[in-house]
Amino acid sequence: MTATVVAPTPTQIPSGNAFARVFRAVRANRKATVGAILLLIFILIALFPGVIAHDSPSADNYTPKLGFTTAHLLGTNTFGQDLWAQVIYGTGSMLQIAFIVGAATTAIAVLIGVAAAYLGGLWDGSLSVLTDVLLVIPLFPLLIVIAGYAHGDSIWVMIISITVTSWSYTARQLRAQALTLRNRDFLEAARVRGERKLYVIVVEIIPTMTSLIVASFLTNALYAILFSSGLQFIGLGNPNQVSWGTTLYWAQSEAALQTGMPWWALAPGICIALLGTAFALLNYAFDEIGNPALRPVRKARKVGRARG
Amino acid sequence: MADQILEVCGLSVDYVLDRGNVRAVDDVSFTLDHGEFLGIVGESGCGKSTLLFAVAQLLAPPAQVTDGSVTFRGNNLVGLTDKQLSAVRWKDMSVVMQSAMNALNPVKSIGAQFKDVLQAHGKPSKQEVHARSAEVMRMVGIDPVHLRSYPHQLSGGMRQRSMIAMAMLFTPDLVIMDEPTSALDVVAQRALMLQIKELQQQYGFAVIFVTHDMSLVSHFSDRLMVMYAGQIDELGRTRAVFDHPRHPYTRGLLDAFPSIRGPKAALRGIPGNPPDLGSPPPGCRFNPRCQHAVDKCFETEPALFGIDGSLVRCLRVADGSINQ
Amino acid sequence: MRYVLRRLGFFILTMWAALTLNFLLPRLMPGNPAEVMLSKFHGELTPGSLHSLEVLFGLNTHQNIFQQYISYVHQLLTGNLGTSLSQYPQSVSSVIGSAIWWTVALVGVTTVLAFILGTGIGIVSAWRRGSRLDSIVPPVFVVTSALPYFLVGIVLLLVFGITLKWFPSEGAYYVTTDTPGFNITFFEDVFNHAVLPAAALLITLIGTWILTMRNTMITTLAEDYVRMARAKGLPGWRIMLDYAARNAILPNLTGFAMSLGFVVSGAILIEDVFNYPGVGFMLLQAVGNEDYPLMQGLFLLITVAVLVAILIADVLTALLDPRTREAG
Repeated sequence: MTATVVAPTPTQIPSGNAFARVFRAVRANRKATVGAILLLIFILIALFPGVIAHDSPSADNYTPKLGFTTAHLLGTNTFGQDLWAQVIYGTGSMLQIAFIVGAATTAIAVLIGVAAAYLGGLWDGSLSVLTDVLLVIPLFPLLIVIAGYAHGDSIWVMIISITVTSWSYTARQLRAQALTLRNRDFLEAARVRGERKLYVIVVEIIPTMTSLIVASFLTNALYAILFSSGLQFIGLGNPNQVSWGTTLYWAQSEAALQTGMPWWALAPGICIALLGTAFALLNYAFDEIGNPALRPVRKARKVGRARG
Repeated sequence: MADQILEVCGLSVDYVLDRGNVRAVDDVSFTLDHGEFLGIVGESGCGKSTLLFAVAQLLAPPAQVTDGSVTFRGNNLVGLTDKQLSAVRWKDMSVVMQSAMNALNPVKSIGAQFKDVLQAHGKPSKQEVHARSAEVMRMVGIDPVHLRSYPHQLSGGMRQRSMIAMAMLFTPDLVIMDEPTSALDVVAQRALMLQIKELQQQYGFAVIFVTHDMSLVSHFSDRLMVMYAGQIDELGRTRAVFDHPRHPYTRGLLDAFPSIRGPKAALRGIPGNPPDLGSPPPGCRFNPRCQHAVDKCFETEPALFGIDGSLVRCLRVADGSINQ
Repeated sequence: MRYVLRRLGFFILTMWAALTLNFLLPRLMPGNPAEVMLSKFHGELTPGSLHSLEVLFGLNTHQNIFQQYISYVHQLLTGNLGTSLSQYPQSVSSVIGSAIWWTVALVGVTTVLAFILGTGIGIVSAWRRGSRLDSIVPPVFVVTSALPYFLVGIVLLLVFGITLKWFPSEGAYYVTTDTPGFNITFFEDVFNHAVLPAAALLITLIGTWILTMRNTMITTLAEDYVRMARAKGLPGWRIMLDYAARNAILPNLTGFAMSLGFVVSGAILIEDVFNYPGVGFMLLQAVGNEDYPLMQGLFLLITVAVLVAILIADVLTALLDPRTREAG
């Protein structure tokens, strides 16, 4: 199968311990800084929703269809619920999905990608075929069909189905990079020392691939956000749960746009977009950190001074 | 001088990085006459390839020329735009790169790439294109039927020779070669070198040949330049440099190559590594690895010193405290 | 052409995987959804439709799972996707047939446009690195590529459809006043209705393609043969197109085709926002109506479409890249 994935070369993040390195790398890159700040803001909101929103999101005894007021910053919806509270409390649910699915998917991708590259032969062949098939089958329709059969009342149905289906893209990237590492000297040294394969994989290979693994996490988290909000939007999540996607769903089914309550749909939508942008920016920045050729280029000054 | 076709004067090339500028080529000056074969040798990272690209005006960001001039047939090439350079490119000066596999467009046939060049510098007819392409292929000993082949279909040696054929399309006055033999096996290397020398004698072009293999190039070059850490350390007629190396680095390089004839001698490498060009050592750049270094070598940066027709950058050669 | 044969083999393998998924899903789901569905519609079905449903979902049968599988595949190969339950008595195939052209038009045109514009902007942006164009392109399109499809749709709908009323806000044409036919008013109507959904799709799609193309192009521009092309004094446009872009696009072709899966996802969401009667909209309605045969049929159709597109991209790569013809 032609390698349609360009293997990123594993390269150095500036020296120091892991956290310091990442921190410095983020600070140096403007996109990363913006993304990180956005993400931080959302995390804070998710952890302390009560501080920012004074009403409970499910309380529905307010006057419905209010516009912006001081008591209800974003107004209320047709059920009399406070929209500001809905949006603030919805943050937690979305972040939960993003991190859990992002981490789980990345774990699967690392496992399969690196195992395929390192074990080679029949293992590589069969794992690669599995990855490629899953890569090619349109995931969103598949998720819709699964959700259609499952009538998800629990958010976990969604989490599990997204995790189980969306690891293939990053698995391919990880495999491609692991392949380039496979023949490197330090791995030969480990082999000669007699280390077992699992040890080599976990202790030698994976730490070298850190930047790609982080980038994979960011990619997977982004897709988790888009997929889950998409599913909730069309009504396949749990409609009674407070989350941005479900808020959008209710907005859509109550024809919010057409009946003069645009912020019912816009507020959660913009939040999804902002959170997605945060992850996308961080992801793009990690691409640049990992591949210096992509970094912003200062236009060269034309120099031409003849010297006698 | 009427015979001189290239004069490089005080050329410096910097890599403009976030952490500051790194000077990869430092104040290099040399001249080249018609038909002369100049070999440039040095370790990896000494700046020889950067120098080459600077002369050919092929630097890409973050590298840029920060000082000096490159006067080719009377015109300073530094600072010219690509459009202005295209008048000179290939017709008067051509380039042969290290790996033909990387230097040739993988999706176009050899013939198509020849045609691109011919059409870039004139309006030849189809027959003229074909005739000239076939002619240069025969010059290097390849059957012109291979013009239809794609680069990956040819063997390594054939690819390298077709690059040389391409360089000959306009029989330029100067051909710049960046380690063209490094990717080949020893037998193919020598065959290629002989081919190049033969062409040179037939068509009279000058050659600048960059390599890390000093013994290979010394059989064919008129003059030899030894580079270290971005500077010229020794420059002179090949036989003089090879038989009586003066700079400690040059001597170290030669001692590292075994001789088939002559007495059996222990091989000696040069201990240590080339310096970080971002922060070179004070004084002479070679002092960490030089067995002849004395106090002043750590304080003063040596300038090029002329002796017996060669130029040497060493304080102790200049003051005569080392001699052979 | 071993390469093409291999890709064909992969195509068949994935088709088989999709079929099998379709077969297994209803059987694996807890709560036996298929039986629930059947009991809802039982009284209204003809024996023929009933049988095809039983084959599809393995109901009321004494066959073991392998035998069920064989009957299932056999039925599919005869082109029988079952009968739609929500649009009874129409067969699934004919129901899909009515919606498919809308989606093909919408998705097809948008994808082609996004591809052309996307690769074009990506190429030029990489060629002119460090210029003002290039400093705007990455940040802008990183943001647009992360936008959820439905948000863009909602915003466009709100601004242009409802507030400014420049374009109609739902449907493919004015169902009440217009009748389909080959006349100018109908075409104009269709066009007007398609503008907003198409724009929404385009805006979200184009970002990723621009960025991928730009990145590949940047890497390609660092290649030796591009430097050689400069050394040879070739004109700028030829270097950009013939030496750089031609090589940069190759690894992306199949990538673009694979992203069709996402295009389809976006189309589903956008059809929902705009009530555009394509297959995406239909899929959502089928889910809502628990019309499982229709759901399955649509899923298969969408998968086949994506797989065919990928196969086409693979063949194109083989045609454009002489190296693949040898490697096989």
